[in-house]
Amino acid sequence: MADNPQRAQRPRPLSPFVSIYHWPVTMATSITHRFTGMGLAAGTVLLAWWLYAVASGPDSFNAFLDLAATPLGQVILFLVVWSLAFHLLNGIRHLAWDMGYGFSKPAAQTNSILVIAASILLAAALFALAYSGRGGYYQ
Amino acid sequence: MSLETPLHKVEGLGSAHSGVTHFWRQRITAAALVPLSIWFAVSVLGLVGAHEAATLAFLSQPLNAVLMAAFLVIAVYHMALGMQVIIDDYIYVNWQKLFLMLLMRGFSLAVVAACLYALLRIAGPIT
Repeated sequence: MADNPQRAQRPRPLSPFVSIYHWPVTMATSITHRFTGMGLAAGTVLLAWWLYAVASGPDSFNAFLDLAATPLGQVILFLVVWSLAFHLLNGIRHLAWDMGYGFSKPAAQTNSILVIAASILLAAALFALAYSGRGGYYQ
Repeated sequence: MSLETPLHKVEGLGSAHSGVTHFWRQRITAAALVPLSIWFAVSVLGLVGAHEAATLAFLSQPLNAVLMAAFLVIAVYHMALGMQVIIDDYIYVNWQKLFLMLLMRGFSLAVVAACLYALLRIAGPIT
């Protein structure tokens, strides 16, 4: 809409925006699904980098592992792992909705909280397995 | 009374001219990515601490190479569908939307091409 300078003194009525509402947990999972999706899109670059490092010999592979082992690398990896866990679990929730399950208001709130808790637990469990030496079973 | 022409009704494509194609493809790729993501997570956890030779050997096995290729292609397609929704939702200036759509699709193609090239060097005849 074009600005109208003659009407500038009187504030125009506005429709309520997200900042007005009390945030229900379903709103949090909804926007987090989108954010984790964008995070995973950035994560595909890391996947390409890892595959390229594997293809390019031990030197580039070890350079990649050294970067991944730094504190910043571990934080980024944890965020990617948690994003995948959240997007996967919440995606299953969306597919269930599409088939008509769990879409009532109380159910949607309960399974929102479940997905948030399970995604954090899943990501933490994967990191705990890796750090306690229970990973690496394919080497 | 409907103002729709009989042809428009029978096509069932609505005002978007593509019907439910985008919605349906996003759901189908999502369903395919559930088992593939679990396979991917189990595989990466199994390769924690592995040397280059062990990782190369794992990805060279035909089943693993095929599953990795399927995961890459379907995940990047799902990613492009999802980013298209985000651009459609928030960008309403036509030239900006066109620019971001082309950029997003270029990024998606570049990522999947780079991943498949690396995978061919790992598991295929290219060295």
